[in-house]
Amino acid sequence: MNPRARLLLGALLAVLLLLPAFASNYVISVATLILYFAFTGQAWNVMMGFAGQLSLGHSLYVGVGAYVAAAMFVNLGIGPWLGLWVAILVCMALGAAIGFLAFRFGISGVYFALLTIAFAEFTRVGFDHLQWTGGSGGLFLKVAQREQMDLLNFRGPPAMYYYAILALAAGALALCAWLLRSRAGYYWQAIRENEEAAQALGINTFRYKMFAVLISSAMTAVSGVFFAFYYNNLFPEQIFHISRSIEIILGPIIGGIGTLFGPVLGAFVLTVLADGITELLALFGVEVPGVKQVFYGVVLLGVVMFLPNGIWPSLAKKIGVGK
Amino acid sequence: MRPLLEVRSIAKSFRGLKAVANASFEVPQGGIVALIGPNGAGKTTCFNMIAGVFAPDTGEIMFEGRRIDGRRPDQICVAGIGRTFQIVKPFAGLSVLDNVIVGAFNRTKHLAEARKASESILDQLGLGPKRDLPASSLTLPDRKRLEVARALATGPKMLLLDEVMAGLRPTECDQMVEVFRELNARDGLTILLIEHVMRAVMALAQQIVVLHHGEIIALGTPQQVVRDPAVLECYLGEETEV
Repeated sequence: MNPRARLLLGALLAVLLLLPAFASNYVISVATLILYFAFTGQAWNVMMGFAGQLSLGHSLYVGVGAYVAAAMFVNLGIGPWLGLWVAILVCMALGAAIGFLAFRFGISGVYFALLTIAFAEFTRVGFDHLQWTGGSGGLFLKVAQREQMDLLNFRGPPAMYYYAILALAAGALALCAWLLRSRAGYYWQAIRENEEAAQALGINTFRYKMFAVLISSAMTAVSGVFFAFYYNNLFPEQIFHISRSIEIILGPIIGGIGTLFGPVLGAFVLTVLADGITELLALFGVEVPGVKQVFYGVVLLGVVMFLPNGIWPSLAKKIGVGK
Repeated sequence: MRPLLEVRSIAKSFRGLKAVANASFEVPQGGIVALIGPNGAGKTTCFNMIAGVFAPDTGEIMFEGRRIDGRRPDQICVAGIGRTFQIVKPFAGLSVLDNVIVGAFNRTKHLAEARKASESILDQLGLGPKRDLPASSLTLPDRKRLEVARALATGPKMLLLDEVMAGLRPTECDQMVEVFRELNARDGLTILLIEHVMRAVMALAQQIVVLHHGEIIALGTPQQVVRDPAVLECYLGEETEV
């Protein structure tokens, strides 16, 4: 990282740290959403951007992570700090199962993506009928006392959630930066670029693909736990839906797949613009359902046509920072 | 001394088509052996069996006295055999240096060490000035060099070269030959190469194995092989008769 990049990143972090001091609750909620997508996109990026394994079913890990921690909290009275670890372990086991099935039997590319969708879909159907978590009727957490901060149960004011997700997003960025410069990071990129050549250079491709899936599913589980305790309600139809998976991957695609800062930038661009358009239309008294989806489509089209590598690589060049 | 690589009557068929039938040869420690023959003779199939891409139907392959046939490509590489691909397979999105660093991670966990080793290999192959370019921007001869650099970076005891001279100009070919000679003389690197460029074969090989229709039809020193009537007929052409 060059000095300029260091400076810009420091400035960004300072602004984000001070944000709750001067911003309204609305701004904080938008910023929380951006950071949530930045963090989850980063998790997906480990699998697809670094190791080249396309998952179109990441809602599986968000959903299972959310449900595990929430159900433990609601049904058993076990707090999120323990639930978090259980959620991570369960999601890693799921990721390991999918990865093992796919990589052991040579399922790759589009077929691997289909497998990930299938797992997310039948988990959705399963949760629809799982009465312990409320079935299709949903699972609800008691809404937090906004004024009181209860760190032990992760209930509190918006700023608490904001700082939690900020820490997660920053931590994920640092973790990914470190991973990318490690042997595993180089091996992942080699597998992404040409698996046969990677294997000929002594890389146990099965092991390293599994490693990518495990890290990605663990990180996504964390984002699921955050989701559950931030939104307080979970419905299988929503959380496991494929549109949720698509939402997760749009950020990194638009920002720049495989780049470190792409998921962050993509999350920012998408969330701010989508919210902005909704607000703008509301200003004129127009309320069009689905305008967000149309907008996502248009942005995706534009990026694919004009910036096929995403926004970040060309922006990084312009402002003179490295990848 | 026991040969580094022993290939014992290996055979491989693809849907009834015999690609390699009952081939046996050896590569001595520190030797340079060339595998030649017309297109479709089974040379690359031989290579792929040694490199672990697929296992032979019958026969066995020994490296340093241990059986390696049927092992995975990555295990073969870790055992000490580096290979290049005839159809080059660069990591197109990575820089030239990063391509080689991936290989160098086979012998060290540390990025700094891997980078240092990679830089010196790139310098040796004349790719030093291009190390920060993306591999996708290289010309074909440079991609061939990159294949070699990457395989060398894994720190092999034996190098399998699959037509790395193809497409090189005669002077470039001579430079490459010089690099291999030096690696062989200085580091004791053992080399098994498939090559059509006879100029390189004659300059490098101590032993030549000639394959035709999957069978070995001649085996010997370069001088013996180029005089062999069977080789002249099927591969080198009768007009080159000495």
